[in-house]
Amino acid sequence: MLNFFQSGRMMAIVERDLRKFFRSPALMVAAMVFPLVQLIVLGNAFGGKIKDAKMGIVSHDTGPQAIRVIEALRAVQSNARTFQPIVYSDEQAMVAAVRRGDLNAGLVIPPQFSRDVYAHARPHIGLVLDNTDNFMTATFEDQLTQLVEALNQPEVQPRVVQQTALQVVELYPYIEYMKYLLPGSITLAMFVSVMIGGGIVYIDDKARGVHEGYLVTPITKLELVAGLNVAGALKAMGAGIVLTLLGSLIAGVGSTFQLANLLWLFLLIAATSFAFISMMFVMMVRVSDPLIPRAVFGILNTLLYFPSGAIYPIQAFPKWLQWIAWIDPFTYSVRGFKAVLLKGVGIAAIWPDLLYLGGFAMVAFALSTLLFKRTL
Amino acid sequence: MAQHAIQVVDIVKRFGNFTAVDGVSFFVEEGEIFGLLGPNGAGKSTLIRMMTTLLDITSGTAIIEGADVRKDPDRARRSMGVIPQAMTSDGDLTVWENLSIYSKLYGIPAADREKSIDELLELVDLNQWRDAPARNLSGGMRRRLEIARGLVHRPRIFFLDEPTTGLDPVSRVAVWEMITSIKHKRNLTVLITTHYMDEADRLCDRIAIVDHGKLVALDTPRALKSSIPGSSVIEAQFLQPPAGWQQTLEKLAAVNSIQPEGADMYRILTDDGSKTTTALVEAAVRSNVVVKTLTVQSTTLDDVFVHYTGRQLRDQMVDSPLYVSPVAWGK
Ligand SMILES: Nc1ncnc2c1ncn2[C@@H]1O[C@H](COP(=O)(O)OP(=O)(O)OP(=O)(O)O)[C@@H](O)[C@H]1O
Ligand SMILES: [Mg+2]
Repeated sequence: MLNFFQSGRMMAIVERDLRKFFRSPALMVAAMVFPLVQLIVLGNAFGGKIKDAKMGIVSHDTGPQAIRVIEALRAVQSNARTFQPIVYSDEQAMVAAVRRGDLNAGLVIPPQFSRDVYAHARPHIGLVLDNTDNFMTATFEDQLTQLVEALNQPEVQPRVVQQTALQVVELYPYIEYMKYLLPGSITLAMFVSVMIGGGIVYIDDKARGVHEGYLVTPITKLELVAGLNVAGALKAMGAGIVLTLLGSLIAGVGSTFQLANLLWLFLLIAATSFAFISMMFVMMVRVSDPLIPRAVFGILNTLLYFPSGAIYPIQAFPKWLQWIAWIDPFTYSVRGFKAVLLKGVGIAAIWPDLLYLGGFAMVAFALSTLLFKRTL
Repeated sequence: MAQHAIQVVDIVKRFGNFTAVDGVSFFVEEGEIFGLLGPNGAGKSTLIRMMTTLLDITSGTAIIEGADVRKDPDRARRSMGVIPQAMTSDGDLTVWENLSIYSKLYGIPAADREKSIDELLELVDLNQWRDAPARNLSGGMRRRLEIARGLVHRPRIFFLDEPTTGLDPVSRVAVWEMITSIKHKRNLTVLITTHYMDEADRLCDRIAIVDHGKLVALDTPRALKSSIPGSSVIEAQFLQPPAGWQQTLEKLAAVNSIQPEGADMYRILTDDGSKTTTALVEAAVRSNVVVKTLTVQSTTLDDVFVHYTGRQLRDQMVDSPLYVSPVAWGK
């Protein structure tokens, strides 16, 4: 084993790949630009706070508690400007306006409200939502829950136009969408780098005859596959590190730059890179047509990135998609990065992810070495 | 039994049910330059790839410097240098880096590496280009880099698959001169394929002609030339010759055989070039036939090639193959 790691032949393959990489880094830069653009565009397109949404108010109570609620809403209007309250006298007319889309939501303060508050008899406020727009709905619920909590916590009970109503419970401080996206973007950068470095460049080299040159030397299968994997993983790690640092600055994730977190992030980047490159090799080890890695690029991206929880929570998936998420190394990588970047937790939270990624890498590496043909 | 440098016995390569190499046997002696000729698709590269461990052998044996390619591929690999038909050097790396990577792949100890690369650069005359990226080299220089690359581990046997294809005539001569000089300096046995008969004639000690995966002739260039009928070739084109003109030509003095080549062009093999030419011109004058062009040549290896393989240019008649090796792309 020691002998193997000292193998000059394996290191020669690594050296060649890295030299080539630094000579023409255009491809790799492109690999990093894609996730960055995605982070910035998606982060801004979906991450913005809602402003000036219209909310109808019908108050059946004229007591002091009802007035407090309405005043609090007016305060939101003049500060955060999330919504603009419009007072209705007729509840039916307001619900109809929500249905038509003239209002984004409606608030109903029941007749007994002030009395219930004083009597501690579970006071209720009704919220009428148009839940065809998830994001808007969530924003309203969120804002009102906060608001009502501030008003000595009467319950908000959403009564929804179509059907469902969710009680939103956030464990961590409010996370902007761009921050939520960052773990996925870092993982994506490593994936694109592996796709190019381990997929496209590998098959192109093969087609150009570079491998024919390798195969006439006494290099062993293991040395060759290991060399190509190590080189690909190092390139992916480079992409991962750059994206972590740059992305954290762009998305404003300060916890990245704490010493302990840097270590956990590095471990995650290394484990993800090895898992990805070995996965790519298993897929490409018998391929010789340069079109194939290009053709499967988009499919793989969709198949691995979207189900990973990078842009939408896994818990919302149907069963079959959860199964993909379950084996997808992307999932574990994204989860690990989320734990460190968004929740600030360390090894205690990420060790299962590291374990999965490491195990995945080893299985895939063994498999690709077995499948590798030492002839043309 | 004295050991041959290369010993190939009844070697066969099948791709599916297509037989690319069909039971070829030959020896190459130490120090020989052995030429492998044949039309496109004859199986030359396939043959070399089997000898150099790049392709699995379907049946038969290949022994390189005493090492059976199938049983002891590593020992075989160490004793041979291989320049495949495709360029295997890396355009992004410099000349020196290309050689250095290969030294490492062959496990040359670090202490010897520098010196041996310097020697090689001297040998192929690329010393002043050592730090240039390989992609900036001209075709001929790139080939010389490939040659140096194949020699980093001081092999005894050198395989070259079409090293001069695509080069201009001057670079071609330069490459061949380099190969012969290196062969002497390093005591190499060389097996080479080419499509240029004049090169093969001048430089090879012995030549094997392969067609349809079979060995059709094997001898020294001189012996091959005298093995075909006729010592000269006349090529003549006529303006509207009368019917039966070919029969008239066949009856001319010293004629051995005639091949019509279309457009009233004939290729005449003769034992006596001048005698037949005189008779031909006389016959043309007699029958009022205009001679458009006329060339006389003593037999060359081209004629040998045409004699053994039938056509001078072969349209690849392979039914569109299901799989084309990517290595063959862009050829
Ligand atoms: N991997 C392969 N699968 C199927 N057929 C193949 C494969 N490699 C080569 N062949 C076929 O085997 C035959 C011999 O090919 P080969 O490359 O050995 O010819 P060659 O003599 O080197 O020709 P050229 O002068 O064009 O280089 C060709 O008909 C080719 O199509
Ligand atoms: Mg060939």
